[in-house]
Amino acid sequence: MTTNPPSTGVWQSAPRVEDEQLLRGQARFLDDVPVDDACHACFVRSAQAHARIVSIDTEKARAVPGVVGVYVKQDLFGELTSWRMPLGFALAALPENTTPFVLVDHEVAFVGEAIAVVVASSRHVAEDAASLVQVHYAPLPVVADCRDAVRPESPPVRTELSSNILQHYVLAYGAIDEEFAQPQVLISEDFWVHRGAGHPMEGRGVLAQMEKSTGTLMVWSSTQMAHELHYTLALMLGQPEERLRVITPEVGGGFGAKFMVYPEEVVIPALARKLGRPVKWVEDRREHFISAVQERDQYWSVQLAADRDGKIRGLRGTMIHDHGAYTPQGTNVPYNAASSITGPYIVPSYHLDVSVVHTNKVPVATIRGAGYPQAAFVMERMMDRLAREVGLDPVQCRQRNLIPADKIPYVKPLKSRAGLPLTIDSGDFPALQARAVEAADLPGFTARRQASESRGRLRGWAIAHSVKPTGRGPYESVRLKIQPSGTVAIYTGALAMGQGLKTTLAQLCAPHFGLGPQAIEVMAGDTAMIGYGHGGFASRQAIMAGNAVSQAARQLRDKVLKVAAAVLGVDISVLRLSQGEVLSLDGAHRVSLARLSMLMKGVPGYALPMVDDPGLEETVHFHCDAQTYAGACHVCEVEVDPEIGHIEVQRYLAVQDSGNIINPQLAEGQVVGGVVHGLGNALFEHMAYDENAQPLNTNFGDYLLPTAPEVPPIQVIFAPSPSPLNELGVKGVGECSTIAVPAAVVGAVEDALWSRGVRISEFPLTPMRVAELLGHASATEQS
Amino acid sequence: MKTLDGSSPVTLYVNGQPRCGQAEPRLHLGDFLRNELGLTGTHLGCEHGVCGACTVLVDGVSSRSCLMLAVQAEGAQVRTVEGLAHDDGPLSMLQQAFHDSHGLQCGYCTPGILMSLTELLETHPAPDEAVIRDVLSGHLCRCTGYQNIVAAALKAVQAFNAVQGRRSA
Repeated sequence: MTTNPPSTGVWQSAPRVEDEQLLRGQARFLDDVPVDDACHACFVRSAQAHARIVSIDTEKARAVPGVVGVYVKQDLFGELTSWRMPLGFALAALPENTTPFVLVDHEVAFVGEAIAVVVASSRHVAEDAASLVQVHYAPLPVVADCRDAVRPESPPVRTELSSNILQHYVLAYGAIDEEFAQPQVLISEDFWVHRGAGHPMEGRGVLAQMEKSTGTLMVWSSTQMAHELHYTLALMLGQPEERLRVITPEVGGGFGAKFMVYPEEVVIPALARKLGRPVKWVEDRREHFISAVQERDQYWSVQLAADRDGKIRGLRGTMIHDHGAYTPQGTNVPYNAASSITGPYIVPSYHLDVSVVHTNKVPVATIRGAGYPQAAFVMERMMDRLAREVGLDPVQCRQRNLIPADKIPYVKPLKSRAGLPLTIDSGDFPALQARAVEAADLPGFTARRQASESRGRLRGWAIAHSVKPTGRGPYESVRLKIQPSGTVAIYTGALAMGQGLKTTLAQLCAPHFGLGPQAIEVMAGDTAMIGYGHGGFASRQAIMAGNAVSQAARQLRDKVLKVAAAVLGVDISVLRLSQGEVLSLDGAHRVSLARLSMLMKGVPGYALPMVDDPGLEETVHFHCDAQTYAGACHVCEVEVDPEIGHIEVQRYLAVQDSGNIINPQLAEGQVVGGVVHGLGNALFEHMAYDENAQPLNTNFGDYLLPTAPEVPPIQVIFAPSPSPLNELGVKGVGECSTIAVPAAVVGAVEDALWSRGVRISEFPLTPMRVAELLGHASATEQS
Repeated sequence: MKTLDGSSPVTLYVNGQPRCGQAEPRLHLGDFLRNELGLTGTHLGCEHGVCGACTVLVDGVSSRSCLMLAVQAEGAQVRTVEGLAHDDGPLSMLQQAFHDSHGLQCGYCTPGILMSLTELLETHPAPDEAVIRDVLSGHLCRCTGYQNIVAAALKAVQAFNAVQGRRSA
């Protein structure tokens, strides 16, 4: 279908194998999976942020024609092994009573928490009936702000808690007290940083069907982690693993929101098994706002000690993290932030007091960037202040503190959440910065500023760095198989959700067999096809699944050639693979992959062509516990209208080190998308709650995502320093362009407004807030 | 005829073919296309009329199928993503441009965007980037950052005008 020349190679912009069905409207997302006679579910969700449930009256709802049933917690008795969800990332030491409930019947702890579920003939009927379920609440004190939640006198967000502080720890190294005893320069700042929800355009959703003839529970879910869901369901439903299959259909984006096993994903399969009928639940947008995970608020108070020449001596402070009502999946967002704040810089001493605190809001877990954008924002803003304080330009000031190339690998004096050293394995941050400065045309800024001023606008620019460890282990699995037709299939536990995973893996595999990527079949996220896997998150798949495919393809090719040599009776050294055939160099001997596949399947009574395991397939679990660091240096230029606070991002440059790039077009697409996610965080996305923890914006009219007119042209430059940790030399891409954006954008706005006395230590930054800051600044000046 | 749940038959033309289904008065066109007619290429992203994923053309005009009732589409000519190319035929110029320019990632928002841009191509002689971005302002895409969608649209404009030019020459 393509007009592009067919590409066979890796490291090229091969056209995507995913596109055709998507463009024709033939792709099957969760809600498109054809299952006959599916019932539809609608959840009854808490309208209160914190209350005791006095009663749940389902009588009227049950009477609605078309309703199959209305189910509260007790109705699932015998279906589940636990009323609480198991802790995701269970190796973290956390109290047992921290995970969400499957359904609640005694107490609600956030608006949106699931209380009951209606199953009916259609979603419309289910919603009608759900609105008739009467929940009587006895209100309990609500904790909406994590700064209140830490106070000893704060009421608990759940009555089962004795304190809202889930974790309190200190990350520290170096002689912090000495460095702060008499610093030449001391900068102090308080920050509020906020990120919203993931908001993939397709919400969550799950469909389950009990295949009566085999006793197999089939589950389709729009998830980033099919195998984890499979494991959880086996555990929670007591369903034998071999009679349980999780299939991931086309996934309409994830961004962290689907990197989670949710209560709904347990309830729906439990009901399908109980009822013996297919049950489907498709999240609507409002539900995504009130029940899918978010990242939300962190409050940082930070001090930086430095020498007069701009060299950082130490960083210390406190951070309070809003963790929401429960812990579905560890506490990696605050830990990532706290352990990554020093970024690409040498910070000789560090001391951060971290409080991870419950509030009566939706649970917090990872969204694209996973805590790193917050930390980068704090660090880069401090760096800008330091530059001003010591009279350096922002580039020079950073230059003085960047880890020099000859110190890489650089071991940070902190540990990962698993206790492993944080080792920056690769990268050249000064070179990255030099590349960014060169491409950003900073000498031309003065003229551009003058042009802006002639229009009554103020112009500013900023530079920001980020680093992120990518390629989260411990492993990813792939199975490569030559099919009876002679085509090559890849089965993997990695998960496709828009990144072009199938194309990427096909590109890595195809050249080994003399084929183009279009000829490779890739099946991702089906637990019947491969037993283990982790899925799509933490910018890991090109690294983990990519290297697994590369290894497996090489092994499989070796086996193919050995078998072919035996079959053809020629020396292996004269054989090559081309277009699905093994040929001798002189062309005199040839055998197709289809025939080799048949021969290695075996024929009863006859020997295999060579003594080896039957079949032509290889399974590889690529292991890597250490992570490889992707870096980025961004430059942003904005124009601000001081009359109305309007911010226009005029130029945006992203210089990215993601190691070797398998497919430049797809990688660039990831970077641009990631930058725009960051622009949303910087300028638009605020998940607002009132003092009663009632969500204030639960639709896209009130919660703004960036749209095309607000997005500037984004220039992307790849400046790879290949990873030494994997054979392909690749690093993560997906999140690594999001992290620096709020820092770069807000830094540029502050630069534009610096002469007006405006100082900014928060994001998102709305026009209203800019106008307010301008007002404060002029009032201060006058007084 | 109305049934007990208040539904009545709705007849309309989808991608040129007459189609009939039952619709309660409250059933929106998006659900009707998907659930009654089995045309699942049209996606619902917010059902608040903001994200634009569900956009179809009704009598040639881009419409949010989540904000229009099925009964309002009685007799209308509706075009959906499934009608942009024949099942076995080549992609439309716009679809092809999306493929060539990597104008889609997860592809969930894509059908609605294709429909709005199809309307633009067919009604606007030479839209520039600003016009294209303005049309796209009615669509949310979380994956692409819009840049390659704009590039794809510009490419399609070129291809479209080349063909129109040849036809009129």
